[in-house]
Amino acid sequence: MKRITVVTIFLFLPLFLFSQETLTGMIMDKNNPKDNLGVFGANVFWLNTSVGATTDEKGWFQIPYQKNYRKLVVSYVGYKTDTLVITDLEPIHHFITLENELEEVTLKSKKKATQRSFIQTQNVFTVNSDELLKAACCNLAESFETNPSIDVNFSDALTGTRQIQMLGLKSPYLLITQENIPSIRGAAQVFGLTFTPGTWVESIQITKGAGSVINGYESISGQINAELVKPLTDKRFFLNAYGSLGGRLELNTHFNHKISDKWQTGVYIHGDYRGEKFDRNKDGFLDNPLTNQINVMNRWQYLDLEKGWVSFINVRYMNDSKQTGENNFNPNLDRGQTNIWGGEIDTKRFESSLKLGYVFPELPFQSFGFQFAYSNHEQDSYFGLKTYDIKHQSMYSNLLFNSIIGDTRNKFTTGLNFTYDAYNEFVNLINFSRNENSFGGFFEYAYDNLDNFSLTAGMRVDTHNLLGTFVTPRLHLRFVPWEKGVLRASIGQGRKSANIFAENQQLFASSRQIDVQSYGGKIYGLDPEVAWNYGVSFLQGFNLFNKKGDVSLDFYRTHFQNQVVVDWENAQRISFYNLEGDSYANSFQTEINYFINDYLNLRLAYKYYDIQTDYTSGKLSKPLTPNHRFFANISYETKQLKLNNQWKFDMTFNLIGEQRLPNTSMNPLQYQLEDYSKSYSLFNLQVTKVFSKKFELYAGGENLTNLKQKNPILAADNPFGANFDTTIIYAPIFGRMLYSGLRFKID
Amino acid sequence: MKKIILIVCLLLIGFSAEAQKKKKNSKVAIEVDGVCMMCKKRIEKAALNSKGVKFASWDLKTHQLSLIIDENKTDTKIIQQNIAAVGHDTKGIRAKDHVYNQIDPCCKYRDKKIVDAHDKVEN
Repeated sequence: MKRITVVTIFLFLPLFLFSQETLTGMIMDKNNPKDNLGVFGANVFWLNTSVGATTDEKGWFQIPYQKNYRKLVVSYVGYKTDTLVITDLEPIHHFITLENELEEVTLKSKKKATQRSFIQTQNVFTVNSDELLKAACCNLAESFETNPSIDVNFSDALTGTRQIQMLGLKSPYLLITQENIPSIRGAAQVFGLTFTPGTWVESIQITKGAGSVINGYESISGQINAELVKPLTDKRFFLNAYGSLGGRLELNTHFNHKISDKWQTGVYIHGDYRGEKFDRNKDGFLDNPLTNQINVMNRWQYLDLEKGWVSFINVRYMNDSKQTGENNFNPNLDRGQTNIWGGEIDTKRFESSLKLGYVFPELPFQSFGFQFAYSNHEQDSYFGLKTYDIKHQSMYSNLLFNSIIGDTRNKFTTGLNFTYDAYNEFVNLINFSRNENSFGGFFEYAYDNLDNFSLTAGMRVDTHNLLGTFVTPRLHLRFVPWEKGVLRASIGQGRKSANIFAENQQLFASSRQIDVQSYGGKIYGLDPEVAWNYGVSFLQGFNLFNKKGDVSLDFYRTHFQNQVVVDWENAQRISFYNLEGDSYANSFQTEINYFINDYLNLRLAYKYYDIQTDYTSGKLSKPLTPNHRFFANISYETKQLKLNNQWKFDMTFNLIGEQRLPNTSMNPLQYQLEDYSKSYSLFNLQVTKVFSKKFELYAGGENLTNLKQKNPILAADNPFGANFDTTIIYAPIFGRMLYSGLRFKID
Repeated sequence: MKKIILIVCLLLIGFSAEAQKKKKNSKVAIEVDGVCMMCKKRIEKAALNSKGVKFASWDLKTHQLSLIIDENKTDTKIIQQNIAAVGHDTKGIRAKDHVYNQIDPCCKYRDKKIVDAHDKVEN
C-alpha cells in the first residue's frame, strides 16, 4: 500500500543557476540531519510525466526541466512520498521523512546496543548494557553469548566453566582488562571471567588483533576491556534476582550514594547459589557443580572538573566454592578415598585498585594518569586424588602521560609500568612456585588527518626477570576509501609466560599423567610464548530500503614463534612442550547487521577457523574447535508506551560445525571416541517485559532444543581407573535450561 | 608619593612586559558562523591545518571556536583568513562568495531558511 502524502515544504537556495534546462537538488534524510547524508537512489520525477531521475551517492539529482512542469515527486522506499511545487530553477534542498513516523514524534536517535566503530583506528566492537541484557548473563563469561566475535566453549564436564576464545585462541592469549587494568590473568585465568557478575558490567570493548601497547605486552589475539558500573552514572538502587530450573539462584544489588559534590560511592553485592543436584544424563556425575559465591565491591569516584582531577578507588572481595563429582560424593567422608570420586574448588580473591587522572585545565589535550592495582588470588582444590593449590599475588602500576605534537592531529601517550607476580603453586604437593617481575616503558603515537586516514604506532620495551628484555611493536592503520567504508590493518607482537596448570585446570579431572618436557626454560622449564598477529578488516555501512546496516569482513592470522604446545593426543597423558615447527591460527569472519526497522534488528555471522600446530605426533588441527560456525541473532522490541512499557524479544541461533576430538585410539574399545564430533545447533530465547522505568521481568531458555553431549565423561563407571577423562567436551551437558528473573531500579 | 609613582611605574612595566611576551599556549575564542556538524568538521579542520594551532573545538550552539595557539607562530587574523578560505565567516573577515557557494547546500549558514530548517530538526 502506497500512501501519497502531499507535503509542500521546500527550501530555496540563493544559488547561481547551473543551467537553464535542468533542475538540481539534494535529497536528505530527516532522521539523519546532523550528518547531512544525502539519500542515495531516491526517485525524483515530474508529476504525470515519464521524466525522472535518481539521486547519486551524495543525494544530488539533476532532472530536465520544462516550463509546464510544476510538481516534482520525491519517493523513496520506506519514506513518505513528497510532492514539491517548483516555480523556478533554483536548486532545491529537501528532507524526506520516514513513512511510519508521526508528525508530532520527536526524533531521538536510538543508541545501538552494539557498535562497530567507524572512527577508531583499531578494530573495536563495543557492547553496551542493552546488549548485555539480551542474555540473562550471570557473569562476564556468559555475556558474550550474543556476540559473534567471541566463542564461548565449555572447558570440562565438571565445573561448568565457560571458556572464551577469540580468533580461535583461548582466553590466555587475550589481554582481559577491567577498566584498563589487566585483571584476568595468572591464576585467575580459567575461572576469572565467572568472578565478575554481569550486572556490574557497564560496557565491553572488544579489540581484535594486536592491541595497544599501553596495557602491556601480553595480548596476542586481542583485548577485552570491561567497564564496570560507576557510582556517578549507575542507578541509585538496583536489584536483580535470577532463578533457573537448573537450580541456580542469583541476587545482585547495587547501592550508589552521593557523598558530596565531588565524591560518589557505590556498594555492589552479588550472591550466587546452586544447591540442587542434577544428573540428567544418568552417568552418576553431577551435570553442574554445586556452587556458592559471595562477591562484594565498593567503589569510590572523585570528580573535580574545574581542577581537572578524576579518581577511582576500588576494593573487592570474593569467595567462591564449588563441589563436583559423583552425585553422592560427600566431601567430609569421601575426600582422599577411592570409593566415590569428587572434588572441590575453593577460591578467595581480594583486589584493590586506584586510578588517578589529571587533565590540565588550560590544555585539554594534555593529561596524566596513574593506575595501581593489587590482587591476591588463592585457590585450593582437589579432584579425586589430585590436588592443585595456587596463590597468586599481583601488583600492577602504570604511569601515563598524554599530549600532542604540534597540534591535536598528532597525539601521543607515553609511560612506564611495573608488574610483580608471586606464584605459590603446588601440583600434587610438588612445588612450582616462582616470582615474575617486569619493568617497561612505552610510547604510542596516533595520527589522524581528520578526514580519511589515521594510524596508531606503538612500541614498548620491557625487561622481565624470566622473559628477558624485549621490544614489542604494534601498528594499526585506518583508511576510508569511500563513504561509510573503513579499511583497517594491524600488525603486532605479543608474548607471555604460559601458566600451564592454571590455564589447563581441566586436566586434573582426568587420569591423564602430567608430562612437562623441560628443556631448561625458565617457566616450568619451558620458553615464553611469542607470536605475531596480523589482520585486515573491512567495514561497509549501507542503506538498504533506506534502513541502516553494515557488513564486515575480517581476516586475522596469529603465527607463533614459540608456543607451549598443550598436547592431548595421547589419552593417557597431557604433554606440555615448546613448539618445534609451525603453529598458526587463521580466522575469517563475515558479519551483517541490519536494522529491518526501528524495532527489529538482525545480525548474521559466519566464521571459519584454520588452526594447525605441529605436535610430536604430526601436524594436527586444534582439537575441540569447529572449523565452521554460523551465528544468527534477531532482536525485536515493541514500541515504548508510557513509562517505558514495552516487550523485548531476543533469539540467538548457533550452528557449530564438526570438531576434531583428541585421539583416543589407545583406549580400550568402550572408551574410544570418533575422530570428529557431529555438528549441532543451539537455540536461545529471551523475553523481557518492561513494566516501567523501575521494574522489569524476564524469562528465557538456553539450549531450547535440549541438545546434550552423549557420555561427556569417559570411563564414568571407573573414575579411579586409567581411562577416566572429563576433558573432551564439545557440546552442552545439561541440556535445556529455563530461567526467569526480575530487575528493579531506582534513579 | 615617590613610592606610589615607583609602584605604578613597576606595575606598568610589568603590564607592558606581559603584553610583549607571546604565549606558547594561548587560549583564544573566535566567533565563526556555521550551522551543522559538517560545518564543525570543516571549521576545525581549517583551524588545525593552520600553523601554530594546537587545539580547535567549535560549538554548534554558541558558534564559538575555542583555540589553543602558539602566539609566536600565528595570530587570530591568519586563522580567520584560513577559515574564510574554506567558506566560513568570522567577525571582520567574510568568506568570498565563490568560496561560500562551494560548501555543501546544507551548510549554507547565510541562508535563514537553512538555519531555520536545522533549528527545527534539532529541537
